[in-house]
Amino acid sequence: MDTALILNFLTTPWVFLLWTTILKSALLLGLVLGLVSYTVYAERRVSALIQDRVGPNRVGIPMTLLGGKRDIHFFGLGQPIVDALKLLLKENFVPASVNGFYYWLAPKLVMIPPILVLGVLPFGSSLFGVQMTIADLNIGVLYIFAISSLSVYGITLAGWASNSKFPFLGGIRSTSQMISYELSLGLSVVPVLMICGSLNLNEIIDWQVKNGWMVAPFWPKGLNAAMLLHPGEVIQAFIAGVSLQRFLLWIFLLVSFVIFLVSIFAETNRLPFDLPEAEQELVGGYHTEYGSMNFALFFLGEYAAMIAGSGAIVSIFLGGWSCPLIPDGSHGWYWGLVNILVFFAKVTLMLLFFIWVRWTLPRFRYDQLMKLGWLGFFPVALANIFIVALILAFVHK
Amino acid sequence: MALVVNRPKLSLAERLYLPAVLAGLTITWNHLKRAIFNKGIVTMQYPEEKWDANLPDWYRGAPTLVADEHGKDRCVACQLCEFICPPRAITIKPMEIPQEDKWRKVEKRPGEFDIDMARCIYCGLCEEVCPEQAIYLRKDYSITGLNRAEMVHDKKTLYKLGGVRTGLVFKWNELK
Repeated sequence: MDTALILNFLTTPWVFLLWTTILKSALLLGLVLGLVSYTVYAERRVSALIQDRVGPNRVGIPMTLLGGKRDIHFFGLGQPIVDALKLLLKENFVPASVNGFYYWLAPKLVMIPPILVLGVLPFGSSLFGVQMTIADLNIGVLYIFAISSLSVYGITLAGWASNSKFPFLGGIRSTSQMISYELSLGLSVVPVLMICGSLNLNEIIDWQVKNGWMVAPFWPKGLNAAMLLHPGEVIQAFIAGVSLQRFLLWIFLLVSFVIFLVSIFAETNRLPFDLPEAEQELVGGYHTEYGSMNFALFFLGEYAAMIAGSGAIVSIFLGGWSCPLIPDGSHGWYWGLVNILVFFAKVTLMLLFFIWVRWTLPRFRYDQLMKLGWLGFFPVALANIFIVALILAFVHK
Repeated sequence: MALVVNRPKLSLAERLYLPAVLAGLTITWNHLKRAIFNKGIVTMQYPEEKWDANLPDWYRGAPTLVADEHGKDRCVACQLCEFICPPRAITIKPMEIPQEDKWRKVEKRPGEFDIDMARCIYCGLCEEVCPEQAIYLRKDYSITGLNRAEMVHDKKTLYKLGGVRTGLVFKWNELK
């Protein structure tokens, strides 16, 4: 066959869309699954350091197996690989009393939603003119909420199908927690949508590129590298950003940000809101009766949810792939790569923050959790919407 | 009488949680910062770092047999340690000392002396019961083997581990 013919075929619009999408999906999935296993490693190392311990620091390259004198420890970076191998090789023991079908279905239901959420996250600007979003949906934010709340079914089904009291309690807790936090999660993001006028994550990020990140919207004309040569312009850009409307919006966007952040913690079942799991009270909660790879799916699903949640926080509030002074992918493919790096750097920082918080705060009591959700965040998020609407309508300076 | 516990009145800052959360985050951050530069971590990396130099004199490690400065293996195969050993880790087969031997008057010594270290509980009763000051618990604690047979210390190993111990009571001198 002729090369020109193949090229022609590959650049046909629908074929082009098909193979770039498959390539992007594979790339993102690979990156995120790698990130998941190394988040587990980071969790163990950071928690150890916070508690003045050492953490897993042994598994590296087993030189003694290959005939060498000493193993290379390499800070224990081989730990996730051997952990995965161990879980794969373990016997998949199923207790006799479980409800078979749902017991097997539940872990998959926990793992799938976070991976689906990745589909709409813009993890980079563009590379060789191809947009670095798998699906550029007009309802991106809605899609995230719709899909990510599905993972509660996995947890509840696991609790119910295990036919055992502790998992059952975990599943029940999960449902009520999810209802109370999903509401404030959705409401807290409404001000952002009103300001940007779009549910499309790419457009939200475009707004942030032009106006500054949601948590600090103070550079209305955008900052770029050329401005560094003219310090006057940078100052001008900031002066132009100082206005009453922006200042007022900033305060209420920060409120939104805090509510969204805390709700994501509750949504992903992280401490201080890990009531469905609650190792100390519920013996591991909903996954008590699971072992081997089924348990691993819950475990990895939790971390994948963390990554998807971090991705959502970063995209909606922290400017996504954008970084002041760094141009987007239309200025050259290397800038496209830098944008992808910036996105994953921000996600990694968010993950470290998640871990840091987990090893700092004790778990909320159940009634405190409900009170915080319904009497704290829900009214505040609701009021926030109206205040931001009023500011947008009446303060134009 | 019922006990009335008054709930403390919380200030707004306390009810908001956030100041307390930030204070907690600062504490953990300081620990993290110190630990990254390896300060404040007391963990000892075992096989590379050991605490052996600091073991107390009365440490009860593996039981061993000792010889003395007169060139005599102390054990006379009385089998008291074999009888007292709670997990029955010690097995002794006594033998008669041959005519021409320097220590003929002692009459008995162990032909075989096995201590099964897979059974030994390091209680030190053998050392306590020994009338001849022949068995001592030393500071070796890391006794390993790939199978049960390797875990049995025979007479040769025991004397090698025990070595020579000086200053013990010597009752088998020429005067007796």
